Amino acid sequence: MASWNPRTEEMPLDELRRLQFKLLKSLVYRLYSFNEFYRRRMKEHQVHPDDIRTLEDVAKLPFMYKSDLRDGYPDKIFTAERNELVRYHVSSGTTGKPTVVGYTERDIENWSESLARAFSSCGLGRGDVMQVSYGYGLFTGGLGAHYGAERVGATVLPTSVGNTERQIELMQDLHVTAIACTPSYLLHMGEVAEKMGISIKNDTDLRMGFLGAEPWSEQMRGRIEDWLGIRAYDIYGTSELSGPMFTECAEQQGIHIWGDLALIEIIDPATGEVLGPGEQGELTITMLQKEALPMVRYRIGDLTAIEEGTCACGRTHPRIGRIRGRVDDMLIVRGINVFPSQVEHALLEIPEVGRHFQIVVDRKGALDSMLVRVEVSEEAFSDKITELMVIKKAVEHRLRSSLNVGVDVELVEPGTLPRFEGKSKKVVDRRSL
Amino acid sequence: MEKSYIVKQISIFSENRPGRLAAIAGALRDAGINIFAFSIAEADGFGVVRALVDRPEDAYQTLTELGFRVSFTDVIGVKMRDEPGGLSEIASILGDAGINIEYAYAYSGKDAAVLILRVDLVEDAVRQILARGGELLKASLSR
Repeated sequence: MASWNPRTEEMPLDELRRLQFKLLKSLVYRLYSFNEFYRRRMKEHQVHPDDIRTLEDVAKLPFMYKSDLRDGYPDKIFTAERNELVRYHVSSGTTGKPTVVGYTERDIENWSESLARAFSSCGLGRGDVMQVSYGYGLFTGGLGAHYGAERVGATVLPTSVGNTERQIELMQDLHVTAIACTPSYLLHMGEVAEKMGISIKNDTDLRMGFLGAEPWSEQMRGRIEDWLGIRAYDIYGTSELSGPMFTECAEQQGIHIWGDLALIEIIDPATGEVLGPGEQGELTITMLQKEALPMVRYRIGDLTAIEEGTCACGRTHPRIGRIRGRVDDMLIVRGINVFPSQVEHALLEIPEVGRHFQIVVDRKGALDSMLVRVEVSEEAFSDKITELMVIKKAVEHRLRSSLNVGVDVELVEPGTLPRFEGKSKKVVDRRSL
Repeated sequence: MEKSYIVKQISIFSENRPGRLAAIAGALRDAGINIFAFSIAEADGFGVVRALVDRPEDAYQTLTELGFRVSFTDVIGVKMRDEPGGLSEIASILGDAGINIEYAYAYSGKDAAVLILRVDLVEDAVRQILARGGELLKASLSR
């Protein structure tokens, strides 16, 4: 598929690396000179912008973590003035505090450019109708995909999440050709469509999907492509990068990470050492052009590897393989990131239940379900079923509002939940991808 | 006076899965505690087992030590004529007095049928039932 921005996308690798070095160098100087947080970090790490003499010297810089965003809540580590920001997005943090990300006009521009390149590398363009079934709002998925698709000239149908029957009707009536959503939601749509007597493969114009925000496998891709008669492309990003940003190209041989926007490294999560191409490790990203919230050597926590060699499509930019897992205990439920520590934190504020819990994640049909098992406290135990049901509903409500995802709560007998720390017993994940 | 008719029922939180009632009943058997009457109220995934026993304090301690969540609830036991109209009489007394029944269960014993009631105004209920010639279980039946 033709490149959106051929000069950049097909830039010779050595030229791309020179560009990356130039961008990195000016980023580091800018942060060191103008931002207290980054200057202090670099000083603590005994590194000065002058020490960055080659692209590989990025490894001399200190890492950034999600906790830096939490500690800097809401905008302490932003590097743009408030009146320069054109947008905020908010995601749930690892505990009670959310994570706020901000964008300047240029940040939104680069985000759209990144997705425009990605979408066109799969053949999306003028004449296509893109249904965006990611959530719109504080979550980055909906608006991100929306801007990218508009940029390439596609017509956007911003359905957001929910009301699946109507989504299918609109898909049919408005001749939707592409969809952006989670892979499990697309499978769910396929099932609902069949119940409505509609075959997505035969009765709609859908021909491609940009699927992500949750882990999926090659087997799942095969199932989606065969059953729904579409090409399914992996899309990747997190709010710290801007949102969904990168996809595979039509070759489906790894996700192209545009090197002029992001510098990627794979590191050993235990030692922090940089690993070579093909080696599995933690993805670490430096955003080279972000203005409002630069991320330097940000440890995303996803495990993957850099694919070797140049892609058959002719784009020179590095690619990453499928995400193989997480370095931490983060779960992804219906596209939303959930940390067990968030559940723990929320339960501490509900005296009616104990602090022990167990999370059971399952897939009913195509969709994820999340059950949180808690113990009723001695003081709150009532002989009346109605009062116990009130407690159950209150815990469900509380967890839903702090996790941003619907949760079922089960009240269990005291002493039946695992007492010791560790993911293995606190989280039971019965999903198979 | 009314207090002597207020019976201590034990209520036990139970998950809704096989073997939980057996575990509760087995624990009471091992402690030599007799169950006069019991009922199970079920909800979504859990239930509450309610029981009248001969030694409620011992039952409470035994079950709590085994890790069960247990509480006491004040109920009354009303003797009913074991013939048509027996329940109607009692229910009418409470209805006329504006006393609400939260839940009830019953057993039919050797001497009489007994209706066990949790009501919103327990002392009023005792007074009304006695005033209209009803007969109540004595709390001392269970030590």
